[in-house]
Amino acid sequence: MDTIFALASAQGKAGVSVIRVSGPQALEAMNALCETAVPVPGRGLRVLTDAAGDPLDEALVLSFAAPHSFTGENVVEFQVHGSTAVVSAVLDALGEIDGLRQAEPGEFTRRALENGQLDLAQVEGLADLIDAETEAQRKQAQVVLSGAIGQLAERWRSDLIRAASLIEVTIDFADEEVPVDVTPEVSSLLAGVQKDLETEVAGVKIAERIRSGFEVAIVGAPNVGKSTLLNALAGREAAITSEYAGTTRDIIEVKMDLAGLPVTLLDTAGLRDTEDHVESIGIALARKRAENADIRVFLAEASETPDVEMQDGDIRLLPKADARDDAEDAISGKTGQGIDRLVEHIATVLKSRSAHPGISTRNRHREALSSALKSLHQAQSVLELGPEHYDLAAEDMRSAIRSLELLVGRVGVENLLDEIFSSFCLGK
Amino acid sequence: MKHSAYDVVVIGGGHAGTEAAHAAARMGVNTALITLKREGIGVMSCNPAIGGLGKGHLVREIDALDGVMGRVADLAGIQFRLLNRRKGPAVQGPRAQSDRAIYRREMLKLTEQQDCLDVIEGEATDFIMFGQSVTGVVLADGSQIPAKAVILTSGTFLRGVIHIGDVSRPGGRMGDKPSVSLAERLDSFELPLGRLKTGTPPRLDGTTIRWDELESQPGDDDPTFFSFTTTQVTAKQVSCGITHTNEKTHEIIRENLERSAMYGGHIEGVGPRYCPSIEDKVVRFADKTSHQIFLEPEGVDDNTVYPNGISTSLPVDVQEDYVHSIFGLEDAKIIQPGYAIEYDYIDPRALTLGLELKEVSGLFLAGQINGTTGYEEAAAQGLVAGLNAARRSREEDPIIFGRSGSYIGVMVDDLTTNGVTEPYRMFTSRAEFRLSLRADNADQRLTPLAIEVGCAGQARKEMFQKKMERLDAARGVLTKSVFTPKQVSEAGIRVNQDGNKRTGLDVLAFPDVSFEDLFPLLPELANSDTTTRRQLERDALYANYIDRQEREIAALKRDESYLIPRDFEYIGIEGLSNELQQKLERARPENLAQAARLDGMTPAALALLLARLRKSSTQRSRTA
Repeated sequence: MDTIFALASAQGKAGVSVIRVSGPQALEAMNALCETAVPVPGRGLRVLTDAAGDPLDEALVLSFAAPHSFTGENVVEFQVHGSTAVVSAVLDALGEIDGLRQAEPGEFTRRALENGQLDLAQVEGLADLIDAETEAQRKQAQVVLSGAIGQLAERWRSDLIRAASLIEVTIDFADEEVPVDVTPEVSSLLAGVQKDLETEVAGVKIAERIRSGFEVAIVGAPNVGKSTLLNALAGREAAITSEYAGTTRDIIEVKMDLAGLPVTLLDTAGLRDTEDHVESIGIALARKRAENADIRVFLAEASETPDVEMQDGDIRLLPKADARDDAEDAISGKTGQGIDRLVEHIATVLKSRSAHPGISTRNRHREALSSALKSLHQAQSVLELGPEHYDLAAEDMRSAIRSLELLVGRVGVENLLDEIFSSFCLGK
Repeated sequence: MKHSAYDVVVIGGGHAGTEAAHAAARMGVNTALITLKREGIGVMSCNPAIGGLGKGHLVREIDALDGVMGRVADLAGIQFRLLNRRKGPAVQGPRAQSDRAIYRREMLKLTEQQDCLDVIEGEATDFIMFGQSVTGVVLADGSQIPAKAVILTSGTFLRGVIHIGDVSRPGGRMGDKPSVSLAERLDSFELPLGRLKTGTPPRLDGTTIRWDELESQPGDDDPTFFSFTTTQVTAKQVSCGITHTNEKTHEIIRENLERSAMYGGHIEGVGPRYCPSIEDKVVRFADKTSHQIFLEPEGVDDNTVYPNGISTSLPVDVQEDYVHSIFGLEDAKIIQPGYAIEYDYIDPRALTLGLELKEVSGLFLAGQINGTTGYEEAAAQGLVAGLNAARRSREEDPIIFGRSGSYIGVMVDDLTTNGVTEPYRMFTSRAEFRLSLRADNADQRLTPLAIEVGCAGQARKEMFQKKMERLDAARGVLTKSVFTPKQVSEAGIRVNQDGNKRTGLDVLAFPDVSFEDLFPLLPELANSDTTTRRQLERDALYANYIDRQEREIAALKRDESYLIPRDFEYIGIEGLSNELQQKLERARPENLAQAARLDGMTPAALALLLARLRKSSTQRSRTA
C-alpha cells in the first residue's frame, strides 16, 4: 500500500497548516525531513530540511503508531507555519521520497474506514464535521463521529439478539429441556428497544435540522412587507421587493446563522385568492412549505385570521411598524424596529427544541430506524399469538436486526448461536 | 493389479460416501465406491437416528434430488416424530430413530442395485497425481484405479485418536484403523488443517434397563416420512425411554473430572457446543441439578441402547458408577464404554462451492473431513460432491446451490466462506430464508433442478410432474376469480370489509382459514386430494412474508451472479486495506455474495471490489 500525504488543513494563508502523512513509510518520511526523529508515538519541535539539507521551516511534528491513528496506519503530522510557500516546499520534499504520493480527496478517510477506525456512520459524521458551518452542527457531528450511533445500535442489537436467541432456542432445540413459552421475556426486550427507537426516530428530525437547517417561514397577506423583513434579517437583497402585490411567486430561501443555529428563512408568496394561475400554484406551494416549517412568523393586522394554522412557538407581529402608531407588537424591515426581539424569539424556540436532538442525523438513519421499528411492532403482535407462531415472530425480528445492520454493520447468525449456547445447556 | 478406469471414484462408504457415489452414478457416469469392507457401507457410528430440525430439512432436500438417505431412513425408521409439530411448517423437522441393521442392509442393497456403480473393497492409500491434479486412487495392495475425479470422504480418520479416560490410542472410530498413508499424501498438499473432537456415550444392554419405571416416548400416530416417495411404515415401531441425571450423578462426575480425557488435558480439539459431554454440562451449567437422557433403542432385534445425553471421555469405572446412579439404570450393563475422538479436519475454506479443492483439481471432499458433524450434513455434502465430480468428469460447469434455494446451499456457503470453529451442525436458524426453505416444499425447490441436470430417475420425475399438475390445477382454481369481502363473509370466513377483492389464494393466506373453508366459494376445490390441499395451505401461510423477502433474495442473487475469476488479483487494489487484501487472497471467494459474508468485509470494501470487478467485466452465472 502506498504512503500518502496531503495538506490536511484548509488551502491558503493561515496561522498554522497541517500536513499529514499516512502509510507504511510515514515514519521514514519523518526521518527524512527531521534531523532527529521524534518518539513514536510522540511529538517534538523540529527543523524540517529538504533532501539537500536546506531548512524549510520549524514545525511541530507529531507521530502516531498504527493502529492508534486516524487512519489506523502509521501517521506523521507536520504543523508548519501557514504560508503557501512553506507548505508547497514541504509537500515537494515529501514528493521526492520514493513510495510517497499525494493523497486523493477523501483518501485518508477511506483508509480509516477500510481499517475499521471509523464505521460508515462515523464517516458521514466526519464529512458533516468538515462541512459544519455552525457551532451546533459541529457539536452534532462530533457526537456522530464518536461512534454514538454505533454504540447505541450495538446495544439494541444485543438486546434483539438475546430476544431472537430465546425464540430460536424454542425452535431449534424443541426436543430438549428448554422453555416452551418465552413470550414475556422476548416481548419486554423488544419493548425496550422499541421505546429507544421511537425516541431516536423523533430526535432524527431535530438532528436533521441541526445538520441541514431549521426553516422559519414568513407568512402573511401580499404586500405586508415579508420580503423586506427577510432582507433585513438576512442583511442583503435576497427577495425582490416592490410595492405591488404578488411580487414573490417562488419561495425565496436565505440561509443564515442565527445564534449558532443554522436557519433557513423562507419568504413565501403572499397568501391571497388569485385568478392568476401561476401565482395560485405559488401560493399553494407557499402554504404547504409554511405549514411544514419549524416556526412561522405571521405578519398580519390584529383583525385578520391567518389562513395557515398557528402552531406552538409561532409568532404573530403587526406589519410595517414604521407606518403605524401602535408599534408595540409591530416590526419593520425598513427601519429594523422589532428585529432584535424577533431574532431572540426564534433563537429561544429553536434552542429549546434542539436541546435534545437524536444522534442519528441522516435520512438513511431514520429510514433504517423506522423500518426496524415497524418490524418490531409486527413481531410484538405476532408474539401475542403464542409459541405456535414463533417462526413468524423470528422472521420479523430478523428483519429488525437486518435494518440495524444496514445502519452500522453486520450481524451473523453466529452471534445468535453464541447467545443460545452460553445461556442454555443443550445437547442430548 | 490394474483396475478399469472410472469417471468418479469415491473413497469411503459412510453417509457422505454413499450419497456421493449414488449421485455420481445417477448422473450416468461410471462410478466406483472404495470401502474397507462391504459391510461397512451405511454404518451409523454415532446415535441411531436420522433427521431433526435443520437436519430433517437436509434429508428432504437430498430426497428431492433423488438421493438415497431419505428412502433408506424411512425403511429403517422405528420411531417417527415430526419435531415442532405445533409450530409453523417452516420450522417442522422430520426425525426418526433408525434400526442400524436395517439401515445398513438397505443402503448396501440400494448401492448394489444402482446402475453405473461398483463397490471395490480395499484401503485407499494414495492418489495418482498428474501435476497438481488428482487422476486416480492407489490401494494398499498397490493396484491403481484411474479416475477423472475423486471424492474423499474419510470422516474422522485423519490422525484420529480415541480417548477413554487417560487411555488413548490411534483410531478412526471404534474397531477401525486410521488412515496414515493417505494423511501423508494430503499433508503434501499443504492444506490448512484444524483439530476437532466429538464424543459418544456408553452403550447399554437394553435387557438390563428398568423400562417399566421409566417415562416412555412413542412415535407420532401419523408418521411424517423423509422421502417424498414413501407412503407407509415398513419396520416395527418402538418407543424411546426418558430418564434424568441427578445430584449424585453430578457429584460422581465432579469428583472424577481430572480423570476425564477432556478435563485432564489430553484433548486439544474443539468440541461441539450443542452436543456437550456430560462433564461439560456439569461444569458449565453447575446450577442445573438434572439433565435429560433419551434411551434410544438401536434396533428392533438389537438390545443395544444409546443413552442420548451422556457422552463422555471418563474412565470405564467412572462411567459404570455414574450410569448406575441414574434412575432406571441402576443395574444397566455397559456393552461398550463411551469415548471421545479427536481428529483433523481440512479447513473447508480450501474448497470451492462445488466442494472441489481449489488448489488440487479433481479432488473433492465431503463429510466430517470438512469439519461438519452429523449423518445428514455429511450426506448432503456427498450429494453436492457427487454431482459436481460427475460434472467435472464430463468437463461441465459445477452446480452451485445458493443460500436462497436450499439448506444444502446455506451449509456449503457457510463452510466455504467462513470455515468452522466447532463441528458444524445445521440449524434452521442458519437459513435466513427459512420461511421459504421448508421440508414440505423441498421437492418444489429442488426436483426441477434434479431433472434438469439429470440426477433424477424416471420414477421420481413422473411422480413429481404428476404432483405438480395437481398442485397447479388447484392453484389455478384458487387464483382464477376474485371475491368481494361480502362474498367471503357469506362463505363464513371473517374478513375486513375493506372493499378489497381477494383471490382464493389470498383468503387461504388468512390465519385459521383451511382449504376446506373455501369450498362454498369455489366448489371445484373439493376435487383436489389431501396432499395438494395441505401443501397449498402451507404455501399460502407464508405468502406475505415471502413476498417481502423477494427483494432481499433478488439482491443476494445479483451479488451471487457477480463471479470473481479464480485468478483475480486482490493484492494491490487501491483503497483496500492490507488486511482485507490478504483475507480475500486467502479466501478467494467465488462471487460477490460470498465476499460480502467474509468476516471483516465492510460495505466500502465491497463497493471497491465491485468497481474493480466491473472494470474487468465479469461473467454472470445462475445458482440453484
